[in-house]
Amino acid sequence: MTETLPNLVPAIPEIILGCGAMLLLMLGAFRTKDISEGIYSLCVLLLLVAGAVVLFIPGGTQVTFDGGFVFDEFARFMKILTMGASALAIIMSRSYFRAEKFSRFEYPILIVLATAGMMLMISAGNMMSLYMGLELQSLALYVVAAIQRDSTRATEAGLKYFVLGALASGMLLYGISLIYGFTGSMEFTEIAHAATNDHGNIGLVFGLVFLLAGLAFKVSAVPFHMWTPDVYEGAPTPVTAFFAAAPKIAAMAIFIRTMITAFPTIANDWQQIIVFISIASMVLGAFAAIGQRNIKRLMAYSSIGHMGFALVGLAAGSQAGVRGVIIYLAIYVAMTVGTFVCILAMRRSDGMVEDIDDLAGLGKNNPMMGFLLAMLLFSLAGIPPLAGFFGKFYVFLAAIEAELYTLAIIGVLASVVGAFYYLRIIKIIYFDEPAERFVPMASELRVILGVAALFIILFIVYPSPLISAAGNAASSLF
Amino acid sequence: MTVAALFFYMFSAGIIGSAFMVISARNPVHAVLFLILAFFNGAGIFLLLGAEFLAMILVIVYVGAVAVLFLFVVMMLDVDFAELKQGVLQYLPIGALIGLLLFIELVMVLGGWVISPEVVRVVETPMVEGMENTEAIGRLLYTKYVYLFQTAGMILLVAMIGAIVLTLHHKPGVRRQNIADQVARDPKTAVELRDVKPGQGV
Repeated sequence: MTETLPNLVPAIPEIILGCGAMLLLMLGAFRTKDISEGIYSLCVLLLLVAGAVVLFIPGGTQVTFDGGFVFDEFARFMKILTMGASALAIIMSRSYFRAEKFSRFEYPILIVLATAGMMLMISAGNMMSLYMGLELQSLALYVVAAIQRDSTRATEAGLKYFVLGALASGMLLYGISLIYGFTGSMEFTEIAHAATNDHGNIGLVFGLVFLLAGLAFKVSAVPFHMWTPDVYEGAPTPVTAFFAAAPKIAAMAIFIRTMITAFPTIANDWQQIIVFISIASMVLGAFAAIGQRNIKRLMAYSSIGHMGFALVGLAAGSQAGVRGVIIYLAIYVAMTVGTFVCILAMRRSDGMVEDIDDLAGLGKNNPMMGFLLAMLLFSLAGIPPLAGFFGKFYVFLAAIEAELYTLAIIGVLASVVGAFYYLRIIKIIYFDEPAERFVPMASELRVILGVAALFIILFIVYPSPLISAAGNAASSLF
Repeated sequence: MTVAALFFYMFSAGIIGSAFMVISARNPVHAVLFLILAFFNGAGIFLLLGAEFLAMILVIVYVGAVAVLFLFVVMMLDVDFAELKQGVLQYLPIGALIGLLLFIELVMVLGGWVISPEVVRVVETPMVEGMENTEAIGRLLYTKYVYLFQTAGMILLVAMIGAIVLTLHHKPGVRRQNIADQVARDPKTAVELRDVKPGQGV
């Protein structure tokens, strides 16, 4: 038996995050003084350091830990995106929790641990490491959802998320066990190999359906979306902002990696399932959001719809489709983070407000924030010159190249319906009687909002870096 | 071979029977005891497969720790389990029907399936000669699967942090024992001598 150390280089960022989180935990637990403010900054620093390390890992596909861990350009891109979204979520949380007089140093540490889990997911090379990463991420998310345990709504959100998440994990595991049983391997590459050799593999497809159900739960695609509005509404707003960005990227990344690397040979079987959940998500996201009064619930339905649009690219199953999903996710993160900054800024002297009507007259009360929010909403709706339009453009282009015309047409129609509720908010911002003013935005929130808006505008004039990076990432999977 | 088959069916019937009793027993304590019986039968099946380490771990961890913990929770908490479970037996017929349908579908799906040669290869992974079960698992766990092992450790850490974050509550004004303070007291601070005048009190 050879006992050499596995190649640890590709996993250095994860090791940094894990060890750093434990160190900060010790620091928080043994210092008698309350140093949660410092731990917030240190956690952001930790994520930045790990992100920098990801940038400098040598290129090319590296496989380590006996196939359990894969590092390629796709993983690099997705990891940087995930860590960026997590770091922003921590920064955004700070002013909120300070105003709520809630100091828990475990909160940023749990976000770091969840991010570590997401990175393991993104790099998963076999079914077992997929599941382990997924659980590490989910378990931390359940706790974070209920972190304000004195609030009944947050506790309910956490419990609901936990119970449904456990059910989804069970389905995922059942699917994995069936796939293992019918292919004889856990490795993605070997599964792809075994699936080529066999024909009429109903058992494998059976397992695949369960696997897809578990993954669809994590990206909150219809029909496994039920938890999303309740959890988004109940959880504290910065936690919702975190949920809407980083975990979605990681789940979508593992979704893509599993489908493209483990089941490329039975693409016909999974494509029709993805087409269905994609159409269902887009349509439900568009129609169910119309009646919402609470802006966090509205964002939940909006994120369901956006995941449907992103899945359009995966349904194409081509390299162009995957590139489209990657671009879509990057733009989606910028738009969502920006919008949630505005939601976090909806604070009056007597506390947070969450109703859409509270935004009334924002265009007059706070012209800058009103303008930026309106722009972000235009972008979310996919109005042409803004970045959100290009995200949709690339996925629909891939769908049309793959001759999925019905999917593309339904998608475009759904985005037209979806534009209605975004435009309604813009109408409330600019044309309704001004409501009471919000208290001024915290400075770090202003910076994040500015950066998000800048990204959306800059993408119009200078899109090539993102597109070429996404192209590189997508090509490493094929 | 027939003896092994006999024992296999005995243990399997034991698991199914006691699992049914877990959900149908009126008394929650009985339900937990049936759960323990199910674990013992599972351990028996592991023994038949030659996996004695897993069998013992199942008994030690699940029976020794988890089930006993359940028992404590059931006895300590005043939860009316009879009321909670009221629906179970009532919905059992329809549940059983759906289960049966799913089972038939599964049999139909899986019945028309030839098990691929790769599976046979996996199932027949030979036992290493002259190596104990425990050693074989340890060698794999700490070499090939060290990554998963470490990740499992991280997951447990997150679970522990979560349990503490969600349940530990520092109430202000609660007096806690501080042994260092107690030991560090000296008579000068602890005892105060007063000269009490007659008829006046302290």
